[in-house]
Amino acid sequence: MYKIVGKIKLAEGIDRFEIEAPLIAKKAKAGQFVVIRVNEYGERIPLTIADYDSSQGIISLVTMSIGKTTYMLSKLKRGDSIRDVVGPLGKQSEIERFGKVICVGGGVGIAPVMPIAKSLKNTRNYIISIIGAKNKASLILADEMKEISDEFYICSDDGSIGFHGFVSEKLNELLEDSEKSSDSDLRKDINRVIAIGPAPMMSAVCSVTKPYSIKTIVSLNSIMVDGTGMCGACRVEVGGETKFVCVNGPEFDGHKVNFNLLMLRQKMYLNEEKKALDLYEEKCGCKMLEQKNGKTC
Amino acid sequence: MVSEKSNKRTKKVKIRRTSMPEQNPEERIKNFKEVALGYTEEDAVKESTRCLQCKNPRCIEGCPVDIDIKSFIDLISKKEFDKALDKIREKNSLPAICGRVCPQEDQCEKKCILAVKDKPVAIGRLERFVADRKLSKNSITGNESSGCSENNNSKSKELDCKSSNKKIAIIGSGPAGLTCAGELAKKGYKVTIFEALHKTGGVLVYGIPEFRLPKKILEKEVKFVESLGVEIKLNMVIGKVLTIDDMLNNGYSSVFIGTGAGLPYFMNIPGENLNGVYSANEYLTRSNLMKAYLFPEYDTPIARVRDIAVVGGGNVAMDSARTAKRLGAKNVYLIYRRSEVEMPARNEEIEHAKQEGIEFILLTNPVEIVGSEGWVKKIKCVKMKLGEPDESGRRRPMPINGSEHDIDIEAVVMAIGQGPNPLLTSTASGLKLTRRGYIEADTQTGKTSKKGVFAGGDIVTGAATVILAMGAGKSAAEAIDKYVKTGIW
Ligand SMILES: Cc1cc2nc3c(=O)[nH]c(=O)nc-3n(C[C@H](O)[C@H](O)[C@H](O)COP(=O)(O)OP(=O)(O)OC[C@H]3O[C@@H](n4cnc5c(N)ncnc54)[C@H](O)[C@@H]3O)c2cc1C
Ligand SMILES: Cc1cc2nc3c(=O)[nH]c(=O)nc-3n(C[C@H](O)[C@H](O)[C@H](O)COP(=O)(O)OP(=O)(O)OC[C@H]3O[C@@H](n4cnc5c(N)ncnc54)[C@H](O)[C@@H]3O)c2cc1C
Ligand code: SF4
Ligand code: FES
Repeated sequence: MYKIVGKIKLAEGIDRFEIEAPLIAKKAKAGQFVVIRVNEYGERIPLTIADYDSSQGIISLVTMSIGKTTYMLSKLKRGDSIRDVVGPLGKQSEIERFGKVICVGGGVGIAPVMPIAKSLKNTRNYIISIIGAKNKASLILADEMKEISDEFYICSDDGSIGFHGFVSEKLNELLEDSEKSSDSDLRKDINRVIAIGPAPMMSAVCSVTKPYSIKTIVSLNSIMVDGTGMCGACRVEVGGETKFVCVNGPEFDGHKVNFNLLMLRQKMYLNEEKKALDLYEEKCGCKMLEQKNGKTC
Repeated sequence: MVSEKSNKRTKKVKIRRTSMPEQNPEERIKNFKEVALGYTEEDAVKESTRCLQCKNPRCIEGCPVDIDIKSFIDLISKKEFDKALDKIREKNSLPAICGRVCPQEDQCEKKCILAVKDKPVAIGRLERFVADRKLSKNSITGNESSGCSENNNSKSKELDCKSSNKKIAIIGSGPAGLTCAGELAKKGYKVTIFEALHKTGGVLVYGIPEFRLPKKILEKEVKFVESLGVEIKLNMVIGKVLTIDDMLNNGYSSVFIGTGAGLPYFMNIPGENLNGVYSANEYLTRSNLMKAYLFPEYDTPIARVRDIAVVGGGNVAMDSARTAKRLGAKNVYLIYRRSEVEMPARNEEIEHAKQEGIEFILLTNPVEIVGSEGWVKKIKCVKMKLGEPDESGRRRPMPINGSEHDIDIEAVVMAIGQGPNPLLTSTASGLKLTRRGYIEADTQTGKTSKKGVFAGGDIVTGAATVILAMGAGKSAAEAIDKYVKTGIW
C-alpha cells in the first residue's frame, strides 16, 4: 500500500497527488513513469512521475479523470492509499546542454513536461515553454512552468486565456518569426523541441517542426499492462520498427513515430472502457461529467 | 528379457490406470474452474497398488529432481499420506503444482516400467493427490517448516541461525525463485524475494490459467514458503528501483536471479500491430493476473470475439486457445507450422484442447495479418510440408508454393515463444550473457560470472519447465549456502 500524503486539485478534473514511495523517489529521473493499481479489482495504468523528492521519499502524480480508473483515483483523499505503485519505469529523458529548447505541454501533458523542463533548465538550457489547455479553467501548472522558463506562452482552444489556438499553432508562429528574423542565431539556436500531450497534439507539433528539421522528442502514451517489457501491449512503430513504449521509451524521436497507429491502438478498448465507466457511475449514482461541472457525488 | 518379465508382473496386477475425474468439455468451456478434479482417496490407493515397487525404479531417473517416487507411492498404498507428502517434499517444494503441470509423459511416467506394455503408473496424479489432501486440510506446517522465524524454539537451530543470519536477495518469484528462497530459509538465512509484479508466482500466476492451476493452490504453496520465514516484496522491478550492485552493497551476501523468460516474440509479419493482435503473454496476463475473464467485475478488459487464431504449438498456445474458448469464442483456430507429433505441448493439454473443440490447423504458417480500419480481419497463411530434421531434431517445415489462403478472424494470439527480458540483465555490471541474452551460469550451481550472484530457471535455460526451474533454484540454494559460509567463489 502506498499512502497519499497530499492532494491538490489543479483544475477541473485534474488532481495532483503526493505519494509516499521512498525507493521510487530515490531513483526517479525526469521522463520516467510508474504503473499503479488503485485496488484489488483495478487495472494497471501508467502515470508520469511529475515530481520527486528523494529526501522526503515522495513522488507526485498529476492525473486527469477520463475513465474509471482515473475517476476512482480522483475520489481518493489524503490519508488513503493506492494498492500498488511500481517504478520508476521507462528510460529517463536525455538531459544535456542543447542550447535553446522549446517545451510544449498540452492539457495534462504539462505535468510530465515540467520535470524535463526543470532538469534542462538546471543544465543551463534556455527554456521556451508553450503550454495549452481547452480553456482557462482547465489549465494547470502555469505558475510553476513560468518560473522555470526564459520565455513563456499560454494557449487556449477557446481563447479564454493567452493565445487563442493550439500549442502547435503558437509553435509554428514562433518558428516562422525566428525564420524571418534578421538575427539568424535565433533560429539556429533552437536545437530541440519536447512535446507531451494528447497524441493528435504531439503529431501536430511534429508536422510543424519537421520542415525546420528540429529534433522533436515526444512521450508516447500507449496502453500498457506490466510496464516492464513483458507483454507487448504498448507496442508502437518508430522508424518502421516495432518498439515497446514502456522499455524503449516512453520518449521517441517524434518525426519517426507512426502516430496514426498509436491513435488507433489507444482506441482498442473503447467499448469496454465505456461500459466500465457506465457501471461505475450507476453504482455511485452520479454522472462523472456532471460532477465535473461542480456537482459532487 | 525385460518385456517378458514385465509381462509377468503386469499380469499379476491387472488393474487399469485409474482415470482422472474431469469436468465434461461442454460444461467446462463455460467456466474457468479446474478441468481435472483430482483423485479421491480410493482412486489414489487403487492407482498406487499398480506400482510394481521395482528394485531399480526407472521412474526416479526420469524425474529431474530425483523424487523417491517408489517410496512415496508405497506410502500411499499404505494410506500413510502425510508421510508420502514428506517424502516428496524432501526433493520438491511445490508438489501440488508439479503434480498438475509437469510433463510426466516425458519424465517419470515415460520411464515407468509399466509403460512398456501398458499405461504407466499415474505418478503426477498421485503426487497431486497427496499434496492437495494436505493443502485442503490447511495445515501448512510440515515437519520442515522450521527456518529462522521467531517462533523457532529449537536451541541448536537458533545457534545455527545466528551463525548464518545473513541476508539473501532473490529476484523473481517464479518456481526458481520460490524454491531457492524456501531452501535458504530452511537453512536459517534471512531471505527476501523481490518481485516485479503485484502478485507472487511468476508464470504460475500470470501465465498458466486458473482451469489448469487454481490460484488458490498456488497461494497456499506461497504461504508455505512464507511460513518458512521468507519475506516477499512485490512491485519491485530490479534494475530500475534497485540494482544488483545496490543489493550487494547493502547487506545482501548473495543474490539469486530467477527472472524467467518474459520477453514475448512476434513473427515480424505485416499487420502484427493491428488491434486484436496479442502476444500470448499479454493475452494470458490480462486473463489470469488481471482477471479480465471476470470483466467488468475486474477492470481490465480483453477482446472477446467470435473467431480467433492462436499461433503456436506449445503449452502457451494451448492455454491461450483454451482461454479464448472460455472467453466465448465460437471458433478457435490453432495454427501450427509442423504436424501434431512435433507439438511441444503436453499430451494432456493437446487432448483437452481437442475435447474443447479447438480447431487444429496444422502444417500451416501465417505470412500476414490483414486488417481494416486498424482491426484484424483475416490471417493470411501458407501450407507447409516437412523436410529434413533441423537442429532441434524435428523435421523442418517448408512453405508450399501457391498455397496462400485466408482465414477470417477478429483477433490473433502469438504464442511462438519467449526470450530473456533485458531489463535486469542490462543494468547488472559484470554479468555475462549468452549470445541470445540469457545469463551464463554453471549448470550445477547456478554460479554466474559476477561474484556472489547466482541464476537459474528460464533466464538461464530459455523457456523450459516448472520442475527444471524448481530444481535449479534448489541446487543454487546449496551453492549459495556453501559460498556464503566459506566465502570461496
Ligand atoms: C507513459 C505514460 C504516462 C502517462 N502519464 C499520465 C499522467 O501523468 N497523467 C494522466 O492523467 N495520464 C497519464 N497517462 C495516461 C493514463 O495512463 C490514462 O489516462 C489512463 O490509463 C486512463 O485510464 P482510465 O481507466 O481512467 O480510463 P479508460 O476509460 O480506461 O481509458 C481512457 C483512455 O486511456 C487510455 N488507456 C486506457 N487504459 C490504459 C492503460 N492500461 N495504459 C495506458 N493507457 C490506457 C486509452 O487510450 C483509453 O482510450 C500516461 C500514459 C502513459 C502510457
Ligand atoms: C502459458 C505457459 C504455460 C506453461 N505451462 C507449463 C506446464 O504445463 N508445465 C511446465 O512444466 N511448464 C510450463 N510452462 C513453463 C514454466 O512455467 C516456466 O518454465 C517456469 O515458470 C520458469 O520458472 P522461472 O522461475 O524461471 O521463471 P518465471 O516463472 O517466469 O518467473 C519469473 C518471475 O520473475 C519476475 N521478474 C522478471 N524480471 C524481474 C525484475 N527485473 N525484477 C523483479 N522481478 C522480475 C517475473 O515477474 C516473474 O514473476 C509454461 C509457461 C507458460 C508461459
Ligand atoms: S516432479 Fe514431475 S517428474 Fe518428478 S515425479 Fe513428480 S511428476 Fe514426475
Ligand atoms: S506494457 Fe507490457 S510490454 Fe510494455
